[in-house]
Amino acid sequence: MSSNTLTAAEASGPHKPAAGFEGDRHDNTVGGAVRGYVNKLRAGDLGALPAILGIVVLGILFTVLRPDTFLTPLNLSNLLVQSTPIIVLAMGLVFVLLLGEIDLSAGVVSGVCSAVLAQLLVQVGVAWPIAVLAAIATGAVIGVFTGSLVGMVGIPSFVVTLALFLGFQGVTLRIIGQGGTVPVREPVIRALANENVPVTIGWILAVVVAVSYAAFELWRWRSQQSRGLAHQPLVLVVARIVLIAAVVFGVTALLSVDRALAAAIDLAGIPYAVPLVVVLLLVLTFVLSRTTFGRHIYAVGGNAEAARRAGINVTRIRVLAFVISSSLAAISGILATSRLSSVTPDAGAGNTLLYAVGAAVIGGTSLFGGRGKARDAVLGGLVIAIIANGLGLLGVAAYLNFVITGGVLLLAASVDALARRRAATARR
Amino acid sequence: MSAPDQRTTTPTLERPTLSLRGVNKSFGAVQVLHDVHLDVYPGTVTALVGDNGAGKSTLIKSIAGIHPIDSGTVEFEGEPVQLNGPRDAARLGIEVVYQDLALADNLDVVQNMFLGRERKRGILLDEASMEEAARDTLAKLSVRTLKSVRQLVSSLSGGQRQTVAIAKAVLWESKLVILDEPTAALGVAQTRQVLDLVRRLADTGHAVVFITHNMVDVFEVADRVAALYLGRVAADVPISEVDRTQVIELITSGRSGELGLAPDALED
Ligand SMILES: Nc1ncnc2c1ncn2[C@@H]1O[C@H](COP(=O)(O)OP(=O)(O)OP(=O)(O)O)[C@@H](O)[C@H]1O
Ligand SMILES: [Mg+2]
Repeated sequence: MSSNTLTAAEASGPHKPAAGFEGDRHDNTVGGAVRGYVNKLRAGDLGALPAILGIVVLGILFTVLRPDTFLTPLNLSNLLVQSTPIIVLAMGLVFVLLLGEIDLSAGVVSGVCSAVLAQLLVQVGVAWPIAVLAAIATGAVIGVFTGSLVGMVGIPSFVVTLALFLGFQGVTLRIIGQGGTVPVREPVIRALANENVPVTIGWILAVVVAVSYAAFELWRWRSQQSRGLAHQPLVLVVARIVLIAAVVFGVTALLSVDRALAAAIDLAGIPYAVPLVVVLLLVLTFVLSRTTFGRHIYAVGGNAEAARRAGINVTRIRVLAFVISSSLAAISGILATSRLSSVTPDAGAGNTLLYAVGAAVIGGTSLFGGRGKARDAVLGGLVIAIIANGLGLLGVAAYLNFVITGGVLLLAASVDALARRRAATARR
Repeated sequence: MSAPDQRTTTPTLERPTLSLRGVNKSFGAVQVLHDVHLDVYPGTVTALVGDNGAGKSTLIKSIAGIHPIDSGTVEFEGEPVQLNGPRDAARLGIEVVYQDLALADNLDVVQNMFLGRERKRGILLDEASMEEAARDTLAKLSVRTLKSVRQLVSSLSGGQRQTVAIAKAVLWESKLVILDEPTAALGVAQTRQVLDLVRRLADTGHAVVFITHNMVDVFEVADRVAALYLGRVAADVPISEVDRTQVIELITSGRSGELGLAPDALED
């Protein structure tokens, strides 16, 4: 028994299949790619479409309703800064949602972590890097705890995190103290949301991002094409590069305008929080799409039993997803602290979590697991931030704000559920 | 395809690839496998037959390390082994095509075929080489109905999913391939292909366990037949020593003439 592969008997012929896989070739034409995309939409996978439509439609709506204030550089930079804590929290939730789990405590975990950050800076007086690391470590430890209860003990994540949602509000209250507000004046932390990257450096960063994206996409297209692998038509790849570059340069140009209301002050440049979000987006996208860990997250979310039979340690994946979610919640807490320059006892409570879940789901992440991307958090977070910002400009009553945001989440969840039904019926 | 007379010269004297001795398995209070003895030989197709609920799937899941056995011994190529998880089985060269297929719907064909054993370059997934290998394997199985190897498994038909599951098993350097009702969902042509593949696997030295309810398939492709009756092995014999009626009797009553379980074993 020497050779145990099929190859011995069968490998004489050339390996390129004579028939079959015609889709791998048809999809190389624009027509094929468009057909593929339409099929995907038909099967219920809307991808980023609802979020992009949402951004465009809401943008037009608020521009029409508030022509003097909405589409100004000052408001748009506010909007972006407002969106960053939501986006980062939602990025973490994407990992948990991909497994078909939920983390209702993510918002208040961000509160606990910002409380730790604030007290370390203010009471203990440590340097900011130590306080930041401690806040993130707090998040990670909380994630291990939550993840173990879900992954090892086997309590439904809904129940675990609902209990922690209540419990952690108590913890934040204990750390900050009843009625107290801890002001955070540490310059680096404050700078995240309140200071801007110098305009020249901002442009350099924008060029670097756009050029590296283009280089990477083109390199990938070339190598796929030369090895005869499935690949998209070049036109589409170029179109995507142009689109991304347009967005990057457009936003940079907008934020490079002096937006100060008083002539004496100079206020221009990209808020530091924005490149931070871009870096997180790149790192998390890399983890989800190019590493085994990311692949296994999708597998567990799609079919946990299949993952288990493939030898994947499902428990480990579950725990790690919660660790990532809570650690990103800590970063989200740091961004929120920076924006408000203080931490209150109710930090991360209220509508924080609802916004983040809404962001992930609007962006295209499924509540049923198995489908989602890091970029969903960015697109959906922008939609949520536009709604919050626009309603603020309209001076809508607080109660309506809640009702509308809740309604948007329900709408997104309905789209998700219908898409899933559609996918299920399309298969049979 | 080898002729039946060739197949009667089953290499029974050869060392079995897999031997089970006195294997028991319970789920809670329900004992599903009783004192199972089974030998599976290289270059041989063993048909594992038995009624619904006889314990066939449970037996192969025990071999795959998914439901570790309660007691008994498992020897692989003469060495006693512990099968405590799917990775143990994969490391020994045991590949399984499950009855419920165990594919992740949200992943594409390539991703499913390499699930849990992804090829890497540093920390990066080596998508290119995985795609090439997957396409080669599918081409070798003469799979022509698949539009793209980058298609999500959710968009495949039942037969196509079956093919992907089989391709996933033959992608690896394996010594024992177990197929749990691989033809149940297939059309005529696809069934033909799977049967040919099963035969080819054995002819290239693999030990093959083939679970089926179809007697035509059993007599067409198997060298040995093992019948499970209520979790007990009623018979494990060369195909030449039994006929169709006997196999059906073994399946339905655990006995057929001289063959089968002793009457007292059938009582409890
Ligand atoms: N995970 C489990 N937990 C409890 N009982 C189980 C489990 N898996 C199987 N069983 C029981 O074990 C018995 C044997 O089931 P098994 O699936 O092995 O049968 P089978 O021979 O494969 O049948 P079929 O031909 O219908 O596939 C059945 O009574 C079943 O209910
Ligand atoms: Mg079965």
